[in-house]
Amino acid sequence: MPYQLVGIAVFLPLAGFLLNGLLGSKIKSERVIGIVGSATVGISFVIACAMFVALLGSPADERSHTVEYFRWIAAGNLSASFSYQIDQLSIVMMLIVTGVGFLIHVYSIGYMHGDPGFWRFFAYLNLFIFAMLNLIMADNFLLLFLGWEGVGLCSYLLIGFWYERKFDKGTTGDAAKKAFIVNRIGDFGFLVGMFLIFETFGTLTFKDVFTQASALSVGDTTVMWITLALFLGATGKSAQIPLFVWLPDAMAGPTPVSALIHAATMVTAGVYMVARCAVLYALAPTTMIVVAVVGVLTALLAASIGLVQNDIKKVLAYSTVSQLGYMFLGLGVGAFAAGIFHVLTHAFFKALLFLGSGAVIHALHEEQDIQKMGGLKKYMPITYWTFFLAMLAIAGIFPFSGFFSKDEILWKTFSSGQYVLWAMGLFGAALTAFYMARLTTLTFEGTERFDHHHVHPHEAPKTMSIPLIILAVLSVFGGFVGVPHSLGGNNAIEHWLDPVFEKANSKLLLTPHGEGAVEYLLMILSVGVGLGGIWLARTWYLTKREVPDSLAAHYRGAYNLLLQKYKVDELYEAVVVTPLHKTSELFLWKIFDVRIIDGIVNGVPKAIAWFSSIGRKLQTGIAQSYVFVFVLGVVIILGWLAAG
Amino acid sequence: MNESLILSAILFIPLVGAVAVALVREEAATLIKTLGIVFSTAAFALSVWLFLAFDGANPDMQFVEKYDWIPSLNISYHVGIDGMALLLVVLTTFLTPISLLASWDSIERKLKGFVVSMLVLEVGTLGVFMALDLFLFYVFWEAMLIPMYFIIGTWGGQERIYAAVKFFLYTMFGSLLMLVAILWLGYYASTQPGGAFTTNLLALYKIAPAIPLDIQKWMFLAFALSFCIKVPLFPFHTWLPDAHVQAPTAGSVILAGVLLKMGTYGLVRFCLPLFPYATFEYMPYIAALAVVGIVYGALVSIVQPDLKKLVAYSSVSHLGFVVLGIFALNVEGLQGGIIQMINHGLSTGALFLLVGMIYDRRHTRMIADFGGLARVVPVYAAFFMIIMLSSVGLPGLNGFVGEFLILLGAFKSQLLASHWYAIVGATGVIFAAVYLLWSYQRVFFGKVENPANQALKDLNLREWVVLVPVVVLVVWIGLYPSTFMEKTEASTKQLVQMLYDARRGVHFGAAQHAVSSPAEVR
Repeated sequence: MPYQLVGIAVFLPLAGFLLNGLLGSKIKSERVIGIVGSATVGISFVIACAMFVALLGSPADERSHTVEYFRWIAAGNLSASFSYQIDQLSIVMMLIVTGVGFLIHVYSIGYMHGDPGFWRFFAYLNLFIFAMLNLIMADNFLLLFLGWEGVGLCSYLLIGFWYERKFDKGTTGDAAKKAFIVNRIGDFGFLVGMFLIFETFGTLTFKDVFTQASALSVGDTTVMWITLALFLGATGKSAQIPLFVWLPDAMAGPTPVSALIHAATMVTAGVYMVARCAVLYALAPTTMIVVAVVGVLTALLAASIGLVQNDIKKVLAYSTVSQLGYMFLGLGVGAFAAGIFHVLTHAFFKALLFLGSGAVIHALHEEQDIQKMGGLKKYMPITYWTFFLAMLAIAGIFPFSGFFSKDEILWKTFSSGQYVLWAMGLFGAALTAFYMARLTTLTFEGTERFDHHHVHPHEAPKTMSIPLIILAVLSVFGGFVGVPHSLGGNNAIEHWLDPVFEKANSKLLLTPHGEGAVEYLLMILSVGVGLGGIWLARTWYLTKREVPDSLAAHYRGAYNLLLQKYKVDELYEAVVVTPLHKTSELFLWKIFDVRIIDGIVNGVPKAIAWFSSIGRKLQTGIAQSYVFVFVLGVVIILGWLAAG
Repeated sequence: MNESLILSAILFIPLVGAVAVALVREEAATLIKTLGIVFSTAAFALSVWLFLAFDGANPDMQFVEKYDWIPSLNISYHVGIDGMALLLVVLTTFLTPISLLASWDSIERKLKGFVVSMLVLEVGTLGVFMALDLFLFYVFWEAMLIPMYFIIGTWGGQERIYAAVKFFLYTMFGSLLMLVAILWLGYYASTQPGGAFTTNLLALYKIAPAIPLDIQKWMFLAFALSFCIKVPLFPFHTWLPDAHVQAPTAGSVILAGVLLKMGTYGLVRFCLPLFPYATFEYMPYIAALAVVGIVYGALVSIVQPDLKKLVAYSSVSHLGFVVLGIFALNVEGLQGGIIQMINHGLSTGALFLLVGMIYDRRHTRMIADFGGLARVVPVYAAFFMIIMLSSVGLPGLNGFVGEFLILLGAFKSQLLASHWYAIVGATGVIFAAVYLLWSYQRVFFGKVENPANQALKDLNLREWVVLVPVVVLVVWIGLYPSTFMEKTEASTKQLVQMLYDARRGVHFGAAQHAVSSPAEVR
C-alpha cells in the first residue's frame, strides 16, 4: 500500500529545507542545491501519483485512508496528531502542489541563477511545500493550521526575499510584513472557529467533526458562527474582501514565488479549507450567501482594477484575486467540486502566466512595466505562445481548461437560482478576457517600446522554457477532466469528488433551475463575452490606441480610482493602522502607562515620604537597612506567636 | 544517587558554587566564570536526571524531603516537586549556565560579586519552586530579591539604582501582605480541633479551603497581590520595563525567564488550591486583567523605540496569556499556562540574549540605530528570526502550543462562562505579529544605512553554544510537547478535579459554597 509513504512525501521537502538551509551557504554549487530542492518535491510528486493510482484502483467507498505518525498536542479532551488523510480531495490538491511545485522548482534553477541567495531561496521553497502538504493532507484542524500558518511564514520570507530592495512606495520588507499581518487577522478568525468547533464537537479531527455535524439541522446558529469565523481565515489566506490587500504587494517576491505561492497553491488554501468543511457550510445557508457574495464582489473588484494596471505582475496578481473570487462564488452556491476544479485549472494557467511574465522580466532586465514592452513575440516565441494559450484558458475560451471550470461555476450559480450573482460573474468574465488580452497584446505584440540599446530580449533557457511548455499543455487540455454531461463528457472530477461532498450535498438539496437548452445558451454566452473581451482589447491596443487613452482622459476620475486600486490601502491606513499606532504611542504608553499607572506607583512612596517627613532620619535610603528592620519585625512576630 | 536527597543536592550545588567562587581571587576572572558555569551546569545535569526519574503519572509531590527547622511552630525544611515545579526547576537550572556563558565578556567589573549573585539567585528561585512549607517558601521568595537587587543595581545601566529600588520595594510591598496571610493561615490551623500552628503546605491544603468565604477572600487577595506584582499582571507591571532595561543581559534573562514565573507558579501552587472559593469569586476579574494585559502589553510594545523595552512589554502580554490559562480552571487552560511559562522562559530569555549580543557589539539597543543587519550578520539574523517566530506563536514552534491551549481552555471554560476572554485575548496573536515583525524589519531588512553597522561580527562559537540549546527546545516543544506536558498532566488533573469538587461542595462540608454543578471535570 503506497499510503504509508505519505509521511515521506510530506517530510522529504522538510529534509530538503534543512539540508539547503543549514549547508546551502557551504555547498555553493547551484547545481547541487537546485537538484536537492527539486528532487525532494519531485519524489513527493511520484509518491502522490502512486497513491492516486492506488485510489483509482479502489472502490469509491474505500478511497479514504488515514495514516497517523505521532501525537502533537494533547491536553484534557484535546488530542491532535501528525496524522494525514489521503482521500479524493486531498490527493487532487497534493498532485497540484507537488506537480506544479516541482515544475516551478525546476524553473527557479534557471530564474534564480546567479542570485547570492540561491540556497536560501530553495530552502524556503522546500519549507513551503512541506507546510502546504501539511495543510492539505492534515486529518484535523490543528495540523491544518500548522500548515496554514507555515505557508504564511514562507510567503513572508519569500516576499521579503530581496530584503534590500525597494518596492512600490516602500520596501519588500513592508510588503512581507503586510502579508503576514493581514493573514494573521484571518488566522484570528480561524482560531476562533477552531475554539467553537472544539467546544461544540469536543474534537478537532475532521472525520469526527463532520460525522457529528451531519446529524445537525440546516440553519444551526453555532455552525453559522463556526463557518463565518473560518471564512474570515479564508479571506486572509485566499485574498478576498476585506483582506485581499496583501496579495498585490506580495509581487515583491521573486516571480517563481508569485507563481507557486501567490497563484497556484497557497492562495487556494482557503478554497480547499471551505471545501473540506463543506458539511459545515452546507448547514449554514447564511454563510453560504456571504461566501458567494464576497466571492463575486472580489472577482469584480479585482478584475476592474486589473483593467488599468501597467505592471505585468500586478495585473496577474489582481487577476488571481479575481479568479479566487470565482472559486468562492462556486463554493457559495454549493458547487464545491466546481470550486476545486477551478483551483486545478487555475493552478495550470496562472502558474504559466506568472512563469511567462518571469521569463519576460528576465529578458528585459527586471523591467515590469508593460508600457515599456511590446513586440516581444519574435524574440521569445515559446514564452509568447504559451502565454497566449494561458490567456485563452483564463478567458474561458472553449475548449481550453478555464472554460470548463469557470463555466461550471457560472452554470451552477445560475441553476441554483442566483441570477444576479450569475450576471455579475459573467460581467467579470468579460473583464477578465479584456485585461488578459490587453496584457498579452501590450507585452508581446505591437511596437517595441523597450530600449534597444540596453536591452536585448532573448528566449528563456531550457530549465525555464520546458516547465512553460508542460504547463501550456496542461492549460489547454487540463479541462477535459471535467467535461460536463451536456457536452458529452461525464464530469469525471465532480464524480471523483462526489463521495467527499456527499454529506454536504444531501444538506443542500439543490434543485436545478433551467433546462438543458439553457445550459448551452449560457455556454455560448460566456464564450461570447470572452471572445468579445479579447477582440476589444486587441483592437484597442493594436490598432486604435487612441480609444482607451481618450476614454481614460474623458473619465479621469473613474480611471484614477481604478489605477489607485479604489484607495483601499489608504483607507485601511487612515482608519486602522494610524489610529492604532497613535493611540498606542501617544495615549497608552506615554500618558496611561508612564504618567498614570507609574505615576501612582511612584506617587505612593513619595506621599509616604512627605507624610513621614518628621521621621525622615529613619529613612536612610539604603534598601539593606530596610530589609534588616523588616526581618527584625518578622522575628518579633514569630517569637510572639511561638511564645503564645 | 540517593533519590531522597536529589532536590537538596540541586538546591545547594549553586550555593556551594557561590562559596567556592567567593574564595577565589578577584583577578582570576576565567576561573571565576568557569566555576560559575561548572556548578550551575552540574545543577542542570542533576535536574535532567530528576526529569527522567520523575513519574508523570503520579499526581502527588515527589522526591519529598522534610527536616524539622522550628519545631515549636511546626516549621520544617520541607521540599518536594510536582510536574509544574519539575519543569520550572529544569528551566531555572537550564537558563542559569546559559546566561552566565552569555555574559562571559560583558561583565567588566566586580565579576566575582556578579557570579556569586547569579548563583545565589539560582538557589533562591529553586527554593521557591521546591518549598512545601510556606515559611520556607517565604524565606526563599524574599532571599531571591537581594541578589537580583544587586544584579540590577550594580551591573545595570544608567538608571540602575532607580530601577533596582523600584523593583525591590514594589515586590516587597506585595509580599508583606502575603507574610501576614501565611501567619494567619498557620494561626487558623491551630484553632482547628486538635490542630496546631503549621506552615506545612500539604496540611494546609486540607484545612484552608474550609475557611469561611469572607476571610478566604482576604487571604486570597493577600497572596494574589504579591504574585500578580511578580507576574506582573496589568496594572502592576510598571516596575518591569525599568528593571529589564536597566538589568544586565543575564539579569534580564533570569528575570524574564524564571522570576516572573514565580508569580504564576504561586497562583497555581497557593491561591487556587488553598482558597478555591475565593478563586471562583475573583476569577472573572483576574482573567479580565489578564486579557487587558495581553492586548495592552502588545499595543505598547508596538511603539517602543528600544528593543529591550519592547521585549519587556511583550512579557506583560505573554504573561497575560499564562494567567488567563490558569484562571480558565480547566485542564486545557492550566496545561497551556504551565507549558507557556516554560515557553516564555525560553523565547523571551533568548530574545534578551539576542538583544544583549547586539548591545555588546554596538552599545545601543535603539531600533533606529540598526537596519539591514541581515546582510551583515546573517547567522544572528536567522537565530533572531527563529526566536521571534517562537514568540509570535507560530505553530511548529513552542509558543503556539501554550497559547493555543490557553485560549482554547479559556474559550470553553464553563467557570469563566464567556467566550470574550478568549476572543479578545486571541487578538494578541495579531498584535504580537505586528510588534515583532515590524521591529525585525527595521533591524534586519533594508540596506545598511548606518556605517557603524557595516563591520559587525557575526556570532562567535560561544554565542552559538548559548543559543543552540534554546532553539533545540523551542523546536522540540513545538513539535513534541508531550515530553514535557506528560510530566504535569496528572498533577494538573488532580488540581482541576479538586477545584470542581470544591465547586460542587463535595469536600470540606462547605455546603454553603455549593453552586449548581458544572459537568466540566476533565
